[in-house]
Amino acid sequence: MITSVYIHPIDQIGAQERVARLFSRSIKKESKVHALKMALSMIDLTTLEGKDSSGKVKQLCYKASHLHDQYPDLPSVAAICVYPTMVPIAKKALEGTSINIASVATAFPSGMSSMENKLDEVKKVVDDGANEVDMVISRGKFLSGEYDYVADEISQIKDACEKAHLKVILETGELVTLDNVRLASDIALNAGADFIKTSTGKISPAATPPVVLVMLEAIRDHYKKTGKKIGMKPAGGISKAKQAIQYLVMVRETLGKDWLTPDLFRFGASSLANDVLMQIVKQSTGHYQSGNYFSID
Amino acid sequence: MAKASPTLEFDTDWEYSSAPESTDHIQIKPQNELFINGDFVVPSDGNYFDTINPASEKTLSKVGHATADDVDKAVKAARKAVKGPWSKMDGAERGKYIFRIARLIQEKAREFAVIESMDGGKPIRESRDVDIPLVSAHFFYYAGWADKLEYAFPGKDTTPIGVAGQIIPWNFPLLMAAWKIAPALATGNAVVLKPAETTPLTALKLAEVLQEADLPPGVVNIITGAGKTGQAIVDHPDVDKIAFTGSTEVGKMIMRAVAGTGKRYTLELGGKAANIIFEDAPIDQAVEGIVNSIFFNQGHVCCAGSRLFVQESIADTIISKLKDRMETLIIGDPLDKNTDIGAINSKMQLDKIKMYVKLGQKEGGTIHQSSYSLPKKGFWYAPTLFTDVSQSHRVVQEEIFGPVLAIQTFRTVDEVITKANNIPYGLSGGVWTDKGSKIFKISKAVRAGVVWANTFNKFDPSSPFGGYKESGMGREGGLEGLMPYVNLV
Repeated sequence: MITSVYIHPIDQIGAQERVARLFSRSIKKESKVHALKMALSMIDLTTLEGKDSSGKVKQLCYKASHLHDQYPDLPSVAAICVYPTMVPIAKKALEGTSINIASVATAFPSGMSSMENKLDEVKKVVDDGANEVDMVISRGKFLSGEYDYVADEISQIKDACEKAHLKVILETGELVTLDNVRLASDIALNAGADFIKTSTGKISPAATPPVVLVMLEAIRDHYKKTGKKIGMKPAGGISKAKQAIQYLVMVRETLGKDWLTPDLFRFGASSLANDVLMQIVKQSTGHYQSGNYFSID
Repeated sequence: MAKASPTLEFDTDWEYSSAPESTDHIQIKPQNELFINGDFVVPSDGNYFDTINPASEKTLSKVGHATADDVDKAVKAARKAVKGPWSKMDGAERGKYIFRIARLIQEKAREFAVIESMDGGKPIRESRDVDIPLVSAHFFYYAGWADKLEYAFPGKDTTPIGVAGQIIPWNFPLLMAAWKIAPALATGNAVVLKPAETTPLTALKLAEVLQEADLPPGVVNIITGAGKTGQAIVDHPDVDKIAFTGSTEVGKMIMRAVAGTGKRYTLELGGKAANIIFEDAPIDQAVEGIVNSIFFNQGHVCCAGSRLFVQESIADTIISKLKDRMETLIIGDPLDKNTDIGAINSKMQLDKIKMYVKLGQKEGGTIHQSSYSLPKKGFWYAPTLFTDVSQSHRVVQEEIFGPVLAIQTFRTVDEVITKANNIPYGLSGGVWTDKGSKIFKISKAVRAGVVWANTFNKFDPSSPFGGYKESGMGREGGLEGLMPYVNLV
C-alpha cells in the first residue's frame, strides 16, 4: 500500500493561540453541570500498571458503573481500559453492563515487537472479550520516515480487530513536533483507525492542548474529505474537571455537536472521574466535599 | 452530480451559560466636564451631548461639548505648562509621572476594560486582554525613554516641539489616547486631546488618573466634542503639531488646513490591507488569522486584513473552513466573557456597512454571513464574506470598517503582489506560508507600514506603526514614535 503523504504544516504559535482562545471560554452554572456529566460518560477508566492485580481490575469495573451512588442519575463511564491479561477478568466483572472493555495491545507501550506477535495479541484480546483495542504505532518507523510501514501496520491490525473498535495511539510525546502529530494523524485516519489517541500515559508530555487541537483538526479534514467520522481520545495527564471541560469546548468548536458523544470522544484517565464527581456535587450543594467521600478504586 | 460535502453542526444542546463581566465596580459620572488645566470645567456654552452604549442604545452619560473658546482655554493651559517646569524637568522626573500613570492604569485595568466595552461595543475579551494591557504597556514603554532621549538620537539634543493637538478615533479609544499621549509626555510636550464623540468615557477616566498621578496642570488637557471641536484644535494658531488618527477623508482636510502654517503633523488614516494565503500555509492557523484580521473589534480596525487573497488551489478549502469557523463566533453582549463579536460602534457606522454590503451585491458580489442570530436592540452586523469580487469592485477598493471580508484568488506571487499594491492605501498586510523566502519577498514587495507573517493584528509598543500612501504619514510606537514630538538640535 502506498500512502499518499500530503504535508499539512502546522504553525505552533498559531495553534497555541487558538488553544488559549478556546480555553478562555467561561463555562458556568447549567452549562458546567452539562459538561461535567458529559465528561463522566466519556471516560475510559484506566489502569495500566505492571502491578495490576485481578482484584484491582474487579474493583475498577465495579466503580465504572457505580461512580457515586449517593448522587442520582449519573452516567457510567464509557469503558474500562486494561492490559491484555486482565481482559477476561474485566469481561466477567462487567457482565450485564453496557460498559465497553478496552485493551491495550501491540506490545504496549513501546510497540517494540514483531508484526506477528502484535497480530496474535490483538486476536487474543478480541477473543477474550475486548470490544475496543488501543494499539500503539511504531514510532521508530515513523521517525525514520517509513510511513508506509506505519500505515500498513495499522490496517493489518484493523483487520485483526474484526468487529472491535480500533484506537490508534500516536504517542505524540515521542513525535515531538506538531507537523509530525498531524502527519501521523493523517496516516492513522487513512489506514482505518476508528479513534486516534494521543498517548500511552507512559511518556511525558502526554496529551497537550495543542496536540489535541491538531488531531481534532485532522479528524475534521478527514471527515470533510471522506464523510467518515473518526473519534478522538486524549489520554494521560488529564486529572482535573477543568481540563476536561476545556477539551470539550475544543471539541464543540472544532468538530461540533456530532462529536460530543462517547461514541466519538473519550478521555483516557484514571483519577479524572473523582474530580469531575466532586465538581458535580459542588454544583448542587454549593460546597466542596472532602476527597474522602469519593471512592478510590 | 457532485455529492454534497459533509457538514459540521455547531448548534449543540450544550450551550454556554451567559457569563457577564460585573459592572458593580465601575463608576461612570452622569455628567462629564472638560478636563482643562488639571481641573474638570463646565463647557463655555454649557452644552452637553449623550454618549450611549451601542449594544443597548441606552445613554451612559452626558459629556461636555467643547467650543472654540474651550479649545483656546485648553491650548493656553498647555502652552503655560510647556513654558513652565514640565519641559525643563529632568527626563527621569518626567518618566516617574509616566510610570505612575502606567501603574494606575494597570490597577484600574478592569474598570477601564468594562467602560471601554460599554461605551464602544467591543467584546470584553478584547478590551480586557488586548486594549487595556497595551495601554499600560505603551505608557511603561515611553516612560522608559524619558531619560534616554540622548540615546534615541545619538549626537543630538532634543527639545520638545510644544503643544500637540491630538484627535483620536472611536475604534480603540483609550489605546489611541495612550499612543498619542505617552510619547508626547516622554519628550516634554503638552497635549490637547480630543477623543471621538461616540467613545469619550475612558479618556475622561484617564483624566482622573492623571489627576491622581499629580501630573502638573495643563500638561494634558482632554476635551470632548465632535468634528467642529477637532477643527478648532487643528485651526488654533498656537498649536505646534497635529496628531490625528481617523479617516483618510478627514486626514486630507487636516493636511489642507495646516498647509503653510508651519504646524507639524502625523496622520494615521485608513487601510484596506491585503492578507495573502499561499497554498503551503499552515491552513488552520491561517483561517484563525483571517478571523483575527477582519473580525477583530467588529472589523473596526484601520489595519484590518479586509482584502483576502487565497492561492487558487486552496481557495475552496479556506473558504469552507472559514464559513465553519464563522458559525462558532458568538455575537452579542460585549460584556459577556464568551462574546467574540460585539456591537457596531454607532448607527452611522452600521448604516455605512449596510450600504457597502448592498452595493457589493448590486455590483455582482456573492455574500455569505454567519447564521448566528443578532440581538434586537443595539447596533449589530453579522460577519460577512464577499466572493465573486475583483479589484474593480468598490467593496474591494474602499475601506468599509466593519466585519466584511472581500475574497479574491490568485495563482502567482507576482500577481498577488501587483494586486496587493493596487490600492491607494498602505497601512498593513499579511502573508501566510511555510516558506521563509516567500515571507521576505512579500514583506519587501508589499508597500505597507506593517506586514505580519503567519499572524495578524499583533501590536507592541516597541514596534513602529504607520502608513504609506493614503494611509498616512509618520510613525507611532517604538523609537520612531518619539520623532514627531522632538526638535533635533
